[in-house]
Amino acid sequence: MHALLGQLPVGLSIGAVLLLVALGLNFTFGQMGVVNMAHGEFLMAGAYTAFVLQAWFGAQSVLVGLPVAFVVVGLMGLALERGLIRHFYGRPLDTLLLTWGVSLILQQVARDVFGAPNVDVAAPGWLAGGVDAAGVRLHYSRLFILALAVLCVLAVGWYLARSRTGRQMRAVTQNRQLAACSGIDTARVDQITFFIGSGVAGVAGVALTLIGPIGPTLGSTYIVDAFLVVVVGGLGQLRGAVLAAAVLGLLNAYAEFWSDASLAKVVVFAVIIAFLQVRPQGLFVLRSRALT
Amino acid sequence: MTLTSPPAAGTAAPPPAAAPALPRWTGPAAFTAVLLLALVVVPAVAPPFQINLYARYLCYALAALGIALAWGKGGMLTLGQGVFFGIGGYAMAMHLKLTEAGPGGLPDFMVWSGVTEMPLLWAPFASPYVALPAVVLLPGLVAAVLGWSVFRQRVRGAYFAILNQALAAAFVILLIGQQGLTGGSNGLTDFPVLLGVDLNRPESQLGLYVAVVLAVAAVYLALRAFDRSRLGRLLVAVRDGEDRVRFLGYDPTVVKTLAYTLSAMVAGLAGALFVPVAGIISPALFGVVPSIELVIAVAIGGRYSLAGAVAGALLLNLARTSFSEQFADGWLYLQGALFIAVIVFAPRGIAGLAASGRELLSRLRTRRTAAPAAGAPAEGGTP
Repeated sequence: MHALLGQLPVGLSIGAVLLLVALGLNFTFGQMGVVNMAHGEFLMAGAYTAFVLQAWFGAQSVLVGLPVAFVVVGLMGLALERGLIRHFYGRPLDTLLLTWGVSLILQQVARDVFGAPNVDVAAPGWLAGGVDAAGVRLHYSRLFILALAVLCVLAVGWYLARSRTGRQMRAVTQNRQLAACSGIDTARVDQITFFIGSGVAGVAGVALTLIGPIGPTLGSTYIVDAFLVVVVGGLGQLRGAVLAAAVLGLLNAYAEFWSDASLAKVVVFAVIIAFLQVRPQGLFVLRSRALT
Repeated sequence: MTLTSPPAAGTAAPPPAAAPALPRWTGPAAFTAVLLLALVVVPAVAPPFQINLYARYLCYALAALGIALAWGKGGMLTLGQGVFFGIGGYAMAMHLKLTEAGPGGLPDFMVWSGVTEMPLLWAPFASPYVALPAVVLLPGLVAAVLGWSVFRQRVRGAYFAILNQALAAAFVILLIGQQGLTGGSNGLTDFPVLLGVDLNRPESQLGLYVAVVLAVAAVYLALRAFDRSRLGRLLVAVRDGEDRVRFLGYDPTVVKTLAYTLSAMVAGLAGALFVPVAGIISPALFGVVPSIELVIAVAIGGRYSLAGAVAGALLLNLARTSFSEQFADGWLYLQGALFIAVIVFAPRGIAGLAASGRELLSRLRTRRTAAPAAGAPAEGGTP
């Protein structure tokens, strides 16, 4: 029983990481339908931002890194949108391949600049250790990630529901032509969406430095899982992403607990395929009259 | 909002216009010429190690043919084609390991990882009558089940691509994790005998090369026939307007599943041929990244063209070998840049460039012949 209960925080903590990683996709993929395979490399860029800041801020680089990475990686995303992606709206499969080319290049850049071996980002002292609750060890760093995920979701939720640009973004998602007719500058909305989506990836990347060492291939370990969260949660659905990340995290933890890490991945994949039989469009669906 | 955002999700460029008519004999003539080049000229001039290298590239080209069918003709971006390549490869490799171990014997790597009994999964592969059909039937089965369940629910476009990639990731992790059953990340290697033939002799390598060439040629002809059949037309129609096809009374699920299964079987065959040629099969050879590289090869060659896919796979691999020998790091930059350039500037790949070149030529030719016919003065008439 204890062991069973013990998997709960493990699962939730995996879920929090998945949520952070997928939150940016909720913008670029969910709102704009752009499959950005370089999203994983944006995570990596965020993580390396914290690594670079370490030279000035030492162990506090993680805290400083959160806002800095948001801006730095957000700008990278903006450049990608302006430079390449905007020419390919309506061609999601081409965008997918295109951004994969970009991700190859970014990985090699990271290898050339920071070296191929993994590097460590020191966690702040106050994140060391943890508390024991009900016989389960809760690491502070994991709790920090959980809190960060909650905070990010609240911020994104507020942005989408209350802020002017956030509401414009949703309008463009639901009906681009009508939004444009109503006087919304859709190109500008696209840029803001991409900036925020990429920026959130940067924040997630900083959080990933608390889990383990970072390297040029950091992104490729998370990218597939991140997209699965969006697929299961439903396109552009914040609550879907939250629920899907929690469920996938728990599923991962328990499947690993009962079998082993390698079988767990297959179990999760099979469950997702089975789930899509029931709800092919994910947990939550944005209803519209569009046919395809 | 349904699963595919904006229309024409599967199509990149406008579907290729009918290429200007060439004389009827050019197609077969070119095919025969290339086949003769591959079967007669190359073995005569290339040293044995290069023959082996070409045989490997041709295995990738074979898998690329399958992708051209599923992606180019069917609009299904199969980002996880390596899975089927791997299943075919492992089916073949398991058979070869069991032949090497002799009747009742365990493959060497199992002994090393402390396995004492023949695993149930391995036992049937001792017989070539099981292993050789399994090479294409197993990947076909996996693809049929996955394809049917996914297409039935109208999961398509980027969603399908992501699921494919997730499948590839899960498959590789599974193989690496089950060390005692699959050899882990080392994979399976060291296959001295195939169907009683010693694979280490140079003649058998040449024989394998010829077999691979013939396989590529046969699969090319078969897929071309499929493409020109009514079913093939339907597949293209599904790519360009799935809902319209549904409204006409066809079931897109069937035709999509069929094409996806066919492409998986081709990939399985490619993997099985790859095993004796390369002498190894391991997860690193067909994971997420190699799977995408196959798609790149098809994009470079021309996704709408079967011949283009073969050319793309050969060219990409040749370029990689010659380039990465000199600048190992530069290759990734070049590959990424090449890929971006192809998608941006030539979405129809080399085959598309060739087609527009032909079009240009024929337009010049018709202008030249048409001009006098129109009664315009041929020389010095225009101010």
